[in-house]
Amino acid sequence: MSDKKLQVEKKYLDIKTKAEEIIPLKEDKTVVMVGTATCGKAAGAIDVREAFKEEIKKRELNAEVVEVGCIGHCYAEPLIVISKPGFPSLCYGNVDEGLSKMLVENYLEGDDPCYEFALVALEPNEEFPTFTDFPRGAYEGKIILEQCGLIDPEDINQYISVDGYHALVNALGMEPGEVIETIKESKLRGRGGAGFPTGKKWEFCANAKDPVKYVICNADEGDPGAFMDRSILESNPHQVIEGLIICGYAVGASDGFIYVRSEYPQAVRRINAALEQAREIGLLGENILDTGFNFDIEVFLGSGAFVCGEETALINSMEGKTGMPRHRPPYPAEVGFRGNPTIINNVKTLSYVPHILLKGVDWFKGIGTPDSPGTAVFALVGKVENTGLVEVPMGTTLRSLVYDVGGGIRNEKEFKAVQIGGPSGGCLPESALDLPIDFDSLQEAGAIMGSGGLVVLDENDCMVEIARFFLDFTQKESCGKCTFCRLGTKHMLDILKEITIGQGKRKHLEILGELALDIQNGSLCGLGKTAPNPVLTTLRYFMDEYEEHIQGRRCPALMCPELINFYIVPKKCSKLCSACVGSCPVEAIYTREDGLKAIDLEKCVKCNSCPAACPPEYDAIIKVSPPERVEELEKENA
Amino acid sequence: MNKMISIIIDGKEINAEEGRALLWVALENDIFIPNLCAIKEKARPSASCRLCFVEIEGHPRPVTSCTQTVADGMVVKTRTPEVDRLVTTAFELLLSDHRLGCSKCPKNKACALQRIAKERKLKLKPKRLNKFVKDYPIDDSVDVFVLDRNRCVLCGRCVWADHHIAKVGAIGFSQRGIKRKVSTFGDKLLSDSSCIQCGECVKVCPVGALSFKENHKDKV
Repeated sequence: MSDKKLQVEKKYLDIKTKAEEIIPLKEDKTVVMVGTATCGKAAGAIDVREAFKEEIKKRELNAEVVEVGCIGHCYAEPLIVISKPGFPSLCYGNVDEGLSKMLVENYLEGDDPCYEFALVALEPNEEFPTFTDFPRGAYEGKIILEQCGLIDPEDINQYISVDGYHALVNALGMEPGEVIETIKESKLRGRGGAGFPTGKKWEFCANAKDPVKYVICNADEGDPGAFMDRSILESNPHQVIEGLIICGYAVGASDGFIYVRSEYPQAVRRINAALEQAREIGLLGENILDTGFNFDIEVFLGSGAFVCGEETALINSMEGKTGMPRHRPPYPAEVGFRGNPTIINNVKTLSYVPHILLKGVDWFKGIGTPDSPGTAVFALVGKVENTGLVEVPMGTTLRSLVYDVGGGIRNEKEFKAVQIGGPSGGCLPESALDLPIDFDSLQEAGAIMGSGGLVVLDENDCMVEIARFFLDFTQKESCGKCTFCRLGTKHMLDILKEITIGQGKRKHLEILGELALDIQNGSLCGLGKTAPNPVLTTLRYFMDEYEEHIQGRRCPALMCPELINFYIVPKKCSKLCSACVGSCPVEAIYTREDGLKAIDLEKCVKCNSCPAACPPEYDAIIKVSPPERVEELEKENA
Repeated sequence: MNKMISIIIDGKEINAEEGRALLWVALENDIFIPNLCAIKEKARPSASCRLCFVEIEGHPRPVTSCTQTVADGMVVKTRTPEVDRLVTTAFELLLSDHRLGCSKCPKNKACALQRIAKERKLKLKPKRLNKFVKDYPIDDSVDVFVLDRNRCVLCGRCVWADHHIAKVGAIGFSQRGIKRKVSTFGDKLLSDSSCIQCGECVKVCPVGALSFKENHKDKV
């Protein structure tokens, strides 16, 4: 070991020893960890936290309540973990104030862990199953989400106690070139969406002549339905900071930035707190760990424009200009922020860096597929039983993601498609379920890894409407600079709107396909180039639904309001019930002479309230398409 | 001056200074490539009009010639089916958002759109796409020129001239997406802005969006 390496190792040991002294030892104190990332808070975690604090105080117990981030089981928020000496750490889901008080009384004070309310145990034990005993746990392989929700994001000592910043020490003991070589060898690919090799990018930047370089963490997560970057920043900000410092060291930068959207106030708060703590113990700032390496990080707040996630638009935004993309090349790694070579890496990409340096290239390459090693993080949402933030090895099939990890389709409906990669991604049908997911396989299928949003769609989702929905988003988020994106997406959206209201014509499909390809090939930036993906994939895999809308003026999924009508089946309706009448906001439902209910279609606004209100034992209200079908049914039932 | 190199455009051998933008090399050698937003003096092209596509040997897809610097031995084709397709679509998109009525336009016969249509045999009234209805009020509040946003193609040349030739800063882009437009600070009338009526912006407008009032006499 070189002298330099020994020296930093020693310095780190001091810090680690101190950190471990400060952290309360789990063996002698009960700790209640409340998940208070934004998702937990929205579900009521603050009330839960207060209930625990109050009850513990009232009963004068030796227990501590700490706030942690998110463990990714969104369907069961608010989530808490209780670690009591002598028991395995237990996780409880759907916790409310009542359950909190009960747990304090029965478990914290008494010794009954209330297993009936527990979700899972964190360590193997003889009493209760752990994550790996469930299909989801068996398929998941957490790397960058591993500590999320298990350590206090506002306490650097907790991160250090799980070997945090050890990778930085390893890196500082190496030459910058060696660090880049390690990342290159690991074949880590950028998790922002396109999957560009990270090591190569770093090398470009390191080789650039300019002495002043910048590194930026792109945390401008803007995809609807994606929330992994927020969750990582809120749950384990030090992991990202460590990655960014290593990146700065490798390319020779002394200024780093985290570009985070201002709509993530909790993430911003936690990053700032984390930066402050890192500075205090000398992991950031001048002469880091006495190695002579100077590096500091600033937080830059974006104003929430989707296009600012595009790296050149992000740079413009940071320079105080309008957030609009520039032509590439030159790439930011050569001419970037303030004209200097700049690395822009996604939150997830940087999060892998410490793990690779700590556990080695071979370990990393042992996970995932040969060309896309590592894991993929997905925000699994939509019509799936267990929504959440999941991390699976690359190469996992969509089928095991939806059925094993996600627990299958909700309400025993039939699977129709997954929308993968957000508005820039595509819709993949059932035939793609056995596709092993990685950067390249998704691209071939017409989607992209993108931000990792994964929306599961069932038989009640209309694919034309889904395409319209996502295009509506990109069209609104288009900056308007280049012709194809500004005008092309608007034309496509107008055509899709016409199809969903039954005014589509045959020639529309042709124009839609032509425009989509030209926008893909002709746009200036990634937003425009990928905006047609939802349209292209639905045209490719769900042409029959488009045809039904155009030829038959009907929406097979019974979703497009203009193409459906509601109808109350007299044989199923009951004189004794009028649940639907009250649910209708426009008084369109009336009682017929025979006491059964019927809908005045002139008044009906197709809000979907009445089928929801109709008690399941009758289930009398149906949707029909085309809308004229109601007249036939009326005749049949007259 | 950089060293001179030789490239081939549409089969014709051309000598050019290494590192210059392909678009200008072609135009200076009388090879027409459609363009609206290109400004020779601008170091980094905005590449926003998406009309100057060409095919270069070794590139899998057509590229914009304004962003491509010439290199020795480069082989360029300005007309291929792929290039024509992109140019046609970009042109039709721009026209779908442009108020026609050429006979009443002060730029009639000196308009870049008319030139492109003529050179590439494209229609000014393409049938494939619907026409967007634009109805911006015409700003004729200053003495020297008129701003008609309904004819604007958002090339940005006026904004550049205002900032870099006139050095005034009276106009810029505002709004985004389909609503993007050239406007004064606070979207006021030109007469209430810092405009000094130097006319630099009018001189560079490729279409009839900015025109001198004296050219309006025989119109309307």
